[in-house]
Amino acid sequence: MHPAGSVIVFTVASGLGFGLLTWLGIGVPTLKGWHAFWYYAVAFGLAGGGLLASTFHLGNPQRFLKAFSQWRSSWLSREGCLAVASMAVMGVFAICSIFMGSIWQPLGYIGAALSVLTIFATSMIYAQLKTVPRWNHWTTPCLFLLLSLGGGALLALQTWSAGILIGLAGVVQLLAWYLGDNQFKRRGSNTGTATGLGFRGTVRSFESPHTGNNYLLKEMVHKVGRKHAQKLRVIAFALMIVSPLICLFISFSIPVVAVALVLHILGIFTQRWLFFAEAEHVVGLYYGKR
Amino acid sequence: MTTLPQTTDKKLGLVIDLDTCVGCHACVVSCKGWNTENYGAPLSDQDAYGADPSGTFLNRVHSYEVTPEVGPAQLIHFPKSCLHCDDAPCVTVCPTGASYKRQEDGIVLVNEDACIGCGLCAWACPYGAREMDQAAGVMKKCTLCVDRIYNENLPEEDRVPSCVRTCPSGARHFGDLGDENSDVSKLVVERGGMDLMPEQGTKPVNKYLPPRPKDVVPEFDILAPYLEPVASSQKGFLSWLDKALEKI
Ligand code: SF4
Ligand code: SF4
Repeated sequence: MHPAGSVIVFTVASGLGFGLLTWLGIGVPTLKGWHAFWYYAVAFGLAGGGLLASTFHLGNPQRFLKAFSQWRSSWLSREGCLAVASMAVMGVFAICSIFMGSIWQPLGYIGAALSVLTIFATSMIYAQLKTVPRWNHWTTPCLFLLLSLGGGALLALQTWSAGILIGLAGVVQLLAWYLGDNQFKRRGSNTGTATGLGFRGTVRSFESPHTGNNYLLKEMVHKVGRKHAQKLRVIAFALMIVSPLICLFISFSIPVVAVALVLHILGIFTQRWLFFAEAEHVVGLYYGKR
Repeated sequence: MTTLPQTTDKKLGLVIDLDTCVGCHACVVSCKGWNTENYGAPLSDQDAYGADPSGTFLNRVHSYEVTPEVGPAQLIHFPKSCLHCDDAPCVTVCPTGASYKRQEDGIVLVNEDACIGCGLCAWACPYGAREMDQAAGVMKKCTLCVDRIYNENLPEEDRVPSCVRTCPSGARHFGDLGDENSDVSKLVVERGGMDLMPEQGTKPVNKYLPPRPKDVVPEFDILAPYLEPVASSQKGFLSWLDKALEKI
């Protein structure tokens, strides 16, 4: 799949934003006044900024309101509804704690639950697609949740929780790569099933329908960079998992946590780029490419 | 609504005969011609006369080489457009309700006024049947020429999809695949019509007829055995030349 910048920024930023909102919602840490203001500013900035970035890849963003209508069937619609709902609830909770110094914890819990559901819905936009076998797996939502909550914990300076969640994310990430590499084959789709001609012999794409490029190939048959996949996996894992864990092992002091955070975020960007670039869509079978 | 109808009254669709398709791309051209000036936004081209031309098409013809265990390979032309799936994943992923499947005839359509151009439906389709128009920013797909098949302003013989009307080799058939007595349903039974990528669980309405097995030419000439070549190895000058050249 084509790793579009807007979608990478969307998933990384709003993942971290809703991760942080979850921690703030359950009152870890419990904040009041101006101190709280900066935390919420970061959380809403990331969550909202990510959502804004996602509109940059729409063909007709001015009709975005319509995207809230199909929550019964569509994960993308659910994601939008849940994002708005969690930001609204957490907004009220934040205003109460910043300006009135009063903390109404039940509201925070609701906001936290909605934030977790938002992260889950984001991951399901990808995990639901049978056409992309690598994504169509339980490791996808699991990894999105662990990374968002882990990154959120780093932002909330919850060092112990961050360490545990990032460690778990590392395990799931390794599993996702290990299982993901065989997933396409395990689903059993090949040029033979795609054309229905497999029973006649070996099927090979002889001629493409067009000599130029097209939307399908640009969007779904991205091959560039896959040859560096192994190197990028090492880089992503080192930045996203190993280095923050080492930092947290050295010290829980603010500057060290800040370094851990920066490295972690760089790592998630690399991981997310790979998440798209490595994912193969079955439509490539029609073109003899994957 | 992007929930799928439980059942549809009809299942209008295409049956494509891979035995007769000659790969002339006439259906591709007629599809683009009809659909660029009728239903919805035109099918735009980008850099049409430049170095890197591309454009929106609702129907494309691939060609495949099939090599059997024994015998020579065969070339098969393979037109592909939306299969109007019964369990269409492209419909249920749509956040806006722009994509829908009609209950009355099973046609899968996009309401372009509601489409935000997110592209998720194209990701959900296993067959590459949806293309985002780069000029209009909305999703385009085969409408089964919904603006022809019910169009009383057209002569009766033209009330079929443009590709079907155009195909010079009669490789494309249109009809109700939900009605087991229709011509298309009979054709599917007779010729062993098949689904593409059934493992994706989309339950396509369109069917493909596999190419008929090639005839085997029998040895019919009774005189052939008497005309076997007699000399099996060369003698005399030619043989000497052969050996001499070999040595060099
Ligand atoms: S072929 Fe693709 S676009 Fe057409 S109904 Fe099936 S899944 Fe949807
Ligand atoms: S591109 Fe349009 S039709 Fe397709 S899922 Fe998005 S809004 Fe729906």
